[in-house]
Amino acid sequence: MTWAERWALLVEWAPQLLEGALLTLELVGIAVIVGLFFAIPLGLARASRHWYIRAFPYTYIFFFRGTPLLLQLFLVYYGLSQFEAVRDSMFWPFLREPYWCALIIMTLHTAAYIAEILRGAVQAVPPGEVEAARALGMSRRQALQFIIMPRAIRIGLPAYGNEVILMLKASAVVYTITLMDIMGVVRTINSRTYQFEMFFLVAGLIYLVVTILFTQLFKLVERWLKVEASRKR
Amino acid sequence: MKSYKKVLFAAATAMLLSVPAMAADKLRIGTEGAYPPFNLIDSSGEVVGFDIDIAKALCEEMGAECTVVTSDWDGIIPALNTRRFDFLVASMSITEEREQAVDFTDPYYTNKLQFVAPKKSDFKVDEASLKGKTIGAQRATIAGQWLEDNLGDVVDIRLYDTQENAYLDMSAGRIDGVLADNFVQYEWLESEAGSDFEFKGEPVFDNDKIGIAVRKGDPLRERLNEALAAIIEDGTYEEINEKYFPFSIR
Repeated sequence: MTWAERWALLVEWAPQLLEGALLTLELVGIAVIVGLFFAIPLGLARASRHWYIRAFPYTYIFFFRGTPLLLQLFLVYYGLSQFEAVRDSMFWPFLREPYWCALIIMTLHTAAYIAEILRGAVQAVPPGEVEAARALGMSRRQALQFIIMPRAIRIGLPAYGNEVILMLKASAVVYTITLMDIMGVVRTINSRTYQFEMFFLVAGLIYLVVTILFTQLFKLVERWLKVEASRKR
Repeated sequence: MKSYKKVLFAAATAMLLSVPAMAADKLRIGTEGAYPPFNLIDSSGEVVGFDIDIAKALCEEMGAECTVVTSDWDGIIPALNTRRFDFLVASMSITEEREQAVDFTDPYYTNKLQFVAPKKSDFKVDEASLKGKTIGAQRATIAGQWLEDNLGDVVDIRLYDTQENAYLDMSAGRIDGVLADNFVQYEWLESEAGSDFEFKGEPVFDNDKIGIAVRKGDPLRERLNEALAAIIEDGTYEEINEKYFPFSIR
């Protein structure tokens, strides 16, 4: 195969590749944002001093961190759908669609990791600052809102950015439930053109480009929030 | 004088040895043994299946004594060309690529694509009725490609990594129908999981021809073609067909 033929193939399949990249971006983007909102109460509860508040987030994080994303996806997509009760329930219009199954599982999965990041961040806030807030007469709630959370977000942000990139790569399993994400599109192209090495390389490049986008985005956010770790010394 | 006798003796022995070999034509059938119900190894270690029955009927027709040799799929064409066996009956699709390496006989059966859908659905196989339906197929199969090429704008295509997952999703009601080889579909319809489903419409594609491969330029090809025509003529083929499938696969 000559280079001209390779370029022609690439141009021919470019629209599908772009669609695949957009689907991957959409799934990861929504999952990590919604996941963050789920993770805030989970992470705070996980950092609680009371065992009965810690218990639920602990179990939740234990399950979602302890099993592979692919397995969770199969359990929900192929597993749940075998029960008639599920198929007759009000959730079926969502669970019926591979898109929603992927989105739900990716969100729940990443929420577990983000919650754990958040717990670490909350516990890393210097105790002196919390004590100072309390000494100034702030209530527990005020201390949480004005001192602990702003500090924890800055401490946890680099780890959160890392998690987003990990999710981007983990999302490559959703093609197994028929979604046409980057991997789904590339595998379909491969089964037609047999140009495996070329299109897998193209897929790799697309993932790298998206990773660069995310990295730059987080750099901006860190600068905007004045995260200490990213300041020039 | 002595050496002259020796030559004569050697020539006589050579003639004697070659005679029986010519009388009882011995041929080796090559197959894979891992593609039920066409070729598989049964519990007693015997190679059986549709391909083997056809091959044995051909041998009988040609008056040849045949033995079966198995080979991995990946190395099956090289094995034919290095004379590990003489003809290959392994449900092999006739493709241009393979025709560069081997010669094919006339096709002995045809792979057809046919839709399967729930018995209770009024699934009809024409473009107007298919519009908006969700159809599943296995990725990297002729069925998946046929859907993309012919109904890409009409139906919502879902491509699965395994055939099982497509059936699971049809059982769950996520997809309206599945397109695949009718042999594959038939096997599933016969199983318990497939009992609420049935074939819908006529096969939509029947251009995947399956042939017997021989080495390039081997005159055996002509003999096999004649024998194949003969067993189709005298009903032996039909008998074997019926043993495996209730529909004609020619």
